[in-house]
Amino acid sequence: MSSMCKTQERAALLQGTLDMLILRTLLYGPAHGHQIGKHIQRTTNDFLQMQHGSLYPALQRLEQKGWVISKWEVAPDRNREFKYYRLTAQGKKQLVLEQSKWKRMVEAVARVLSTAAGES
Amino acid sequence: MEWWWQLRKRDADMERELQSDLDLEEEEQREHGVSPEEARYAALRAFGNPTLISEQTRAVWTWNGFENFLRDVRISIRTLFRSPGFSVLAVLVMALCIGAATSLFTVMRSVLLRPLPFRDPDRLVMIYDHFRDPEHNDQGFNYNPVAPADYLDWRAQTHGFEDMAAWYYWPPNLTGEHGELPEMVQAGGGSWNLFPLLGVNAAIGRTFTESEDRPGANVALLTWSLFQRRFGGDSSIVGRQIHLNGKPYTVVGVLPKWFTYPDAEVQLWVPYAHIGAEVLTHHEYHFSRVVARLRANVSLASALSQVEALQYQLHMQNLHAPVAEDVAARSLIEDLARDVKKPLIILLCAVGCMLLIGCLNVANLMVARSAARQKEIAICSALGARRITLIRIQLIESLLISMAGGIAGVVLSLAATNWLVGLWKDLPTALNIHPDGVVLAVACALVFGAALLAGLLPAISSTSKSAIAETSSRTYCLTAPGSRARTALRKTLLTVEIATTVVLLIAAGLLLKSFWRLHTTDVGCVTDNVLTMRYSLPGKKYDSPAKANAFNETLLERVRAMPGVRAAALGTIAPGAGYGVDDLFTIPEHPRMAAGAPPPEALFRTADPGYFSALQIPLLSGRFFTTADRNGRPKTVIISDQLRRQYFPEENPLGQHIHSMRSNADYEIVGIVADTRYQVGLPDMATTYFPVLGGENSTGLTFVVRTAGDPLSISIPVQKLVAELDPQLPVSHVLTMQQIIEQSLGNASLSTSLVLGFAVMSLILASVGLYGVLSYLTIQRTGEIGVRMALGAQRGEVVRLVLVNGLRPAFYGLVLGLAASVGAVRLIQSMLYGTSPLDPAVFACVAASLLIVAALACLVPAWRASRIDPMQALRTE
Repeated sequence: MSSMCKTQERAALLQGTLDMLILRTLLYGPAHGHQIGKHIQRTTNDFLQMQHGSLYPALQRLEQKGWVISKWEVAPDRNREFKYYRLTAQGKKQLVLEQSKWKRMVEAVARVLSTAAGES
Repeated sequence: MEWWWQLRKRDADMERELQSDLDLEEEEQREHGVSPEEARYAALRAFGNPTLISEQTRAVWTWNGFENFLRDVRISIRTLFRSPGFSVLAVLVMALCIGAATSLFTVMRSVLLRPLPFRDPDRLVMIYDHFRDPEHNDQGFNYNPVAPADYLDWRAQTHGFEDMAAWYYWPPNLTGEHGELPEMVQAGGGSWNLFPLLGVNAAIGRTFTESEDRPGANVALLTWSLFQRRFGGDSSIVGRQIHLNGKPYTVVGVLPKWFTYPDAEVQLWVPYAHIGAEVLTHHEYHFSRVVARLRANVSLASALSQVEALQYQLHMQNLHAPVAEDVAARSLIEDLARDVKKPLIILLCAVGCMLLIGCLNVANLMVARSAARQKEIAICSALGARRITLIRIQLIESLLISMAGGIAGVVLSLAATNWLVGLWKDLPTALNIHPDGVVLAVACALVFGAALLAGLLPAISSTSKSAIAETSSRTYCLTAPGSRARTALRKTLLTVEIATTVVLLIAAGLLLKSFWRLHTTDVGCVTDNVLTMRYSLPGKKYDSPAKANAFNETLLERVRAMPGVRAAALGTIAPGAGYGVDDLFTIPEHPRMAAGAPPPEALFRTADPGYFSALQIPLLSGRFFTTADRNGRPKTVIISDQLRRQYFPEENPLGQHIHSMRSNADYEIVGIVADTRYQVGLPDMATTYFPVLGGENSTGLTFVVRTAGDPLSISIPVQKLVAELDPQLPVSHVLTMQQIIEQSLGNASLSTSLVLGFAVMSLILASVGLYGVLSYLTIQRTGEIGVRMALGAQRGEVVRLVLVNGLRPAFYGLVLGLAASVGAVRLIQSMLYGTSPLDPAVFACVAASLLIVAALACLVPAWRASRIDPMQALRTE
């Protein structure tokens, strides 16, 4: 029971960021779930361990909101179908919004941290 | 079903996505040089639990809650099917309990709660004359029929009511113009404004007009049932004539089908004043019922106070006569339901108790099952199922049981309601009794309530942390703490169950004893092989006493000559057949009574010379009538022993006189006969018998035949004889004495047998519960008992151990139930006849039978426990 609670906490924490990271990943072109996970993991040098448990629900959520659309397509290297996700125009707009929000947030947090360090 | 397919598609889509991504992970692992076998596990490790992922992904969908619910229902159905014995038993218990409750509620709703089918029914009240004499009221005459002059004065002189209408029963002989079969029907004499006041329009034709409501009126209104039955629904009857007591009446209209006020027996209506101008001037002839409509914005109390004041004036102006001092009112719906309200409430209480016991029993079964499923619950909990989910699944199970039971119960109740309405003669037929939306809603509420009651307790107890912890950490222990808590819960449930059963059993026992008392009451005359029938000689044809006497005597003579007839007699009304009419009298030889004191009253009866010997009513002193007592010369009367005790306690009444107010003449007392009951269950009343040949044309007569063999076999020959003597004369109420008495007991017998049925059901349920708990307990304690036996406990001791264990909740329940009964019997006190509500015999019988049944229920598990093989027992732990 306790492990379940932890997962939920983390998902809540990551939710905003995870959505943004997925949208950002899809900016390079369509990708299926596995690719998205792998990509995020690789680009962060395995710093962000991708939890599939939160990846698929996140994809469902994004699709429901209309920011991505999905389609079964044959992978060029594997010769079988995968569910590919693609960014919509609405999703692109959302990405810009989220990125600027994130930037402001990081700046604000950084400012607080730097002043605090300076004073002490 | 569109959404369902979409749901399925989305589900399949997601499974496929997860699978393909998982396969890809596996392939990649292999490409990294991991062995194929290893690759699968590595992929799963990297990927996580696919089932959990799909669960979490599904959680994003809005339909999720509903889907979970469906899944739980599916699981519950599967579990229920896995133990069909339990399920069938539980559903059956619920069906019976909910069905019985729904049926009674249907009746209650129709009789007491649903508004009457009249215009603005909340403002309709019945007003009665009310005498202040407490002795009078003790006998149940608080609501006295109203004298016609009282009614007319009320209507003319008070202003609190929009209008007042009156009606009375009047049973005429109905004949046709062309020698159709004669028939005695019940008719109502209703004032012209009765129908507009109730808001009833004629279905065909019209109702009475004001000018038609006059003495000697010759118009009639048919009810729908008579219209269909006798006139074949031919509307051309309106405007034609029918004959009542030989006089022609013009039919002015037909009442609508739904109109069966005051009851279904009233077949047609004539105007109120039709009874004659003279009668309408009397303040002491109590035979009318008054319906009044309260004026808007006037309270009943203030409207009634005017009537009360007026009535007191009328009383003061007529001190010599029985004119009521007061009035009493009750709402029309209460008036209609007067005889059924109390039994109905008692039956509802009884069925409520049974429902409670049923729920507790199902709860008990569920506790037993959840104990068996403790491991399953512990595993579910370890796998991450939340407590609320576990409780929900169990609740859904009990909901499914009660829903299945509820549906079966409602179907059952449809049949049961019809059956009940058919049997319950007192139910006011002015209301048609059928289930409606509210009844269904209440049935649904019962289902959910029962599900909650039966499911919540076991669910909460079985999913508590201690219960789960106990199972997961179970090693070797004799009795685990969690199971002890559960056992305590089961025992508490059982105690409540037994206590409720005891209350029901006591109520049933008291009603049964009272019924038995009623049944064995001596009405004071012979009841075997006696046939009675009624006829009423119409005054138009039999316009002189000589003509009536000739008919009566010829009939008696010819019936007495019939083979198989022991005796034949003629009187107004047979013993046990009801109150009939009464008469006021004074005793001229006694000192005059104080002014204002109402004169004594006695039941008015007539009898022919052979009446008492035919009915075997003993003569205490004096003589019976003879054929010489006719045409009022000499004027003679026979009194009952009760009258002698009341009014001639110290003297010999023979030779003294009774002055009858009815005929305003003195009659010499020539005989004293033993008492007869006018109705079973009611005390003896002073009675005066006048010679049937006395010359007063009494309308209704009861013909009594005592036979050697089956009395019913003689009924057709006697009726043929009547038709021979007068083809226009109908005979009614052809009943044996036994039937008359049974009829008056019918309602007592119905409520007694229903309560008894509920009580026996409850006893069975409670003993099954006791047996179940104890069997389970014994199985649970197998290890412990094994140890005890291994250490030298004797089989007898083991039996005692288990017996005491099981009988303890039974004993607590019994004590609790007996204590509760002392309070509960107050409810049925007024329904008991010759039985104290705290009847020690009933209490003792109930206690004894409950203990015996409980002991039997405990004995089997106890015996089983004593057969335990210690070695086997210790190994199984």
